[in-house]
Amino acid sequence: MDFSPFYQELFSSLNRGLLMSVALIVPSAIGGVLIGITAGCLRAYGNRAVRLLGNGYAAVFRGTPLVVQLFVLYFGLPNLGIYFSPYAAAVTGFILCSGAYQSEYIRGALLSIKRGQYAGAHALGLTHFQTIFWIIIPQAVRRAIHGCGNEIIYLIKYSSLAYIVTCLELTGEGKTVATEYFRFTEVFIIIGLYYLALVTCASFLLKIIEKRLYIPGFGHK
Amino acid sequence: MTSNTPILKAQAIQKSFDGNTILNGVDVVLEKGEIIVLIGPSGGGKSTLLQCINCLVIPDDGQIELEQQPIDFSNKQDLYRLRQQVGMIFQEFNLFDHLTALDNITIALRKVKKLDRNTAEKRARLELEQVGLGEKGDLYPAQLSGGQKQRVAIARALAMDPKILLLDEPTSALDPDLIGEVISVIKNLAAKGMTMIMATHQISLISTLADHILFMENGQIVESGTPKELLAKGNVNKTQGFCDRLNELATGEQ
Repeated sequence: MDFSPFYQELFSSLNRGLLMSVALIVPSAIGGVLIGITAGCLRAYGNRAVRLLGNGYAAVFRGTPLVVQLFVLYFGLPNLGIYFSPYAAAVTGFILCSGAYQSEYIRGALLSIKRGQYAGAHALGLTHFQTIFWIIIPQAVRRAIHGCGNEIIYLIKYSSLAYIVTCLELTGEGKTVATEYFRFTEVFIIIGLYYLALVTCASFLLKIIEKRLYIPGFGHK
Repeated sequence: MTSNTPILKAQAIQKSFDGNTILNGVDVVLEKGEIIVLIGPSGGGKSTLLQCINCLVIPDDGQIELEQQPIDFSNKQDLYRLRQQVGMIFQEFNLFDHLTALDNITIALRKVKKLDRNTAEKRARLELEQVGLGEKGDLYPAQLSGGQKQRVAIARALAMDPKILLLDEPTSALDPDLIGEVISVIKNLAAKGMTMIMATHQISLISTLADHILFMENGQIVESGTPKELLAKGNVNKTQGFCDRLNELATGEQ
């Protein structure tokens, strides 16, 4: 079956964009979770100054549009002599934004762990750090996982904003073709299907992770 | 009673929360192999006293000595060392929900005692067998009954080779038909010479195990003595009255 030149160009562009999207999403998702755990712990356990810092971070990155954050990173920071490539700017923006949301899920999960878990660990002679690292975080992650997964799915979709800083991923590549041929409806429907496929894959992976972390009866008390 | 030098000495322990005095100058002296039972009405300070003894709650004032070594409350290493040597059993078990019964025991052996996984697991299996749960090592807390959870908690504390075991109402959160299995484990410990301080309302533990009874009320020890002294026929005191009421409850249930 031969595709028309339009479709040939569209699919080769979209496949290129898909690779870029995946290259944006995977490190951003992992980085976001790691920053989220770190910031969540600092916000839940830190002293006043650290908590203030963590809360400020979350407030800024949850409180401003991602578009604005990306603009500042890519177009604003060069004024201070800091230059990011489009890809680096996008990934940095996504990690910081996603991390702020993840930290909220993690913080909530940490605060929901009962005092008895700390008492049990402290009574055995575990240090406070060991208690948090070996007892509290593993439980909090299991409580937070559904929220964190949800945030990763959001991330997949807001990764489309990378084209704003000229990092051409799925949406950016598609938009170029659509403009060239002036066929917006079909191009964007197809882009939508690509995202749907990405999200489906991610949901599938998240299910596997949830299964691996599953503990009989955990959280049903 | 033995005539050794005391293994644990808590003196003039003071603790208040938000201006409410919970402990008002409590002294406890424990000798090796001795079993002290704390009784008294709820809110009398029994739990807080136990938690102060292993510094889960830091006393506002007073002194704690373990084997003649005073504990510096402001020194974290001191507190960690104290807690490693003083096991604690909670009313609510406090098993780690995300770990199997076996890993509940191995985690402290590996992280605190720095044993390798194999050695830790061997020790943990041994302790589980001691409390009659040799087959249950791979189950998670949610899959165990209350009595089984408490036995795992006891095995977990014993695996650390504590010099003293503190038990905070170990049977109070259990269904009546599950209390027996925990009591028999505790009686076994007593028979092996474990040094213990136990807060309990369980009349069978009070009368059969106690070397010494402390009656606590309003943050103070108001009566203290051997069961013989306090529970002798014809005695009129708070301990006697309290135990009589527990007895009535116990017989009323049957």
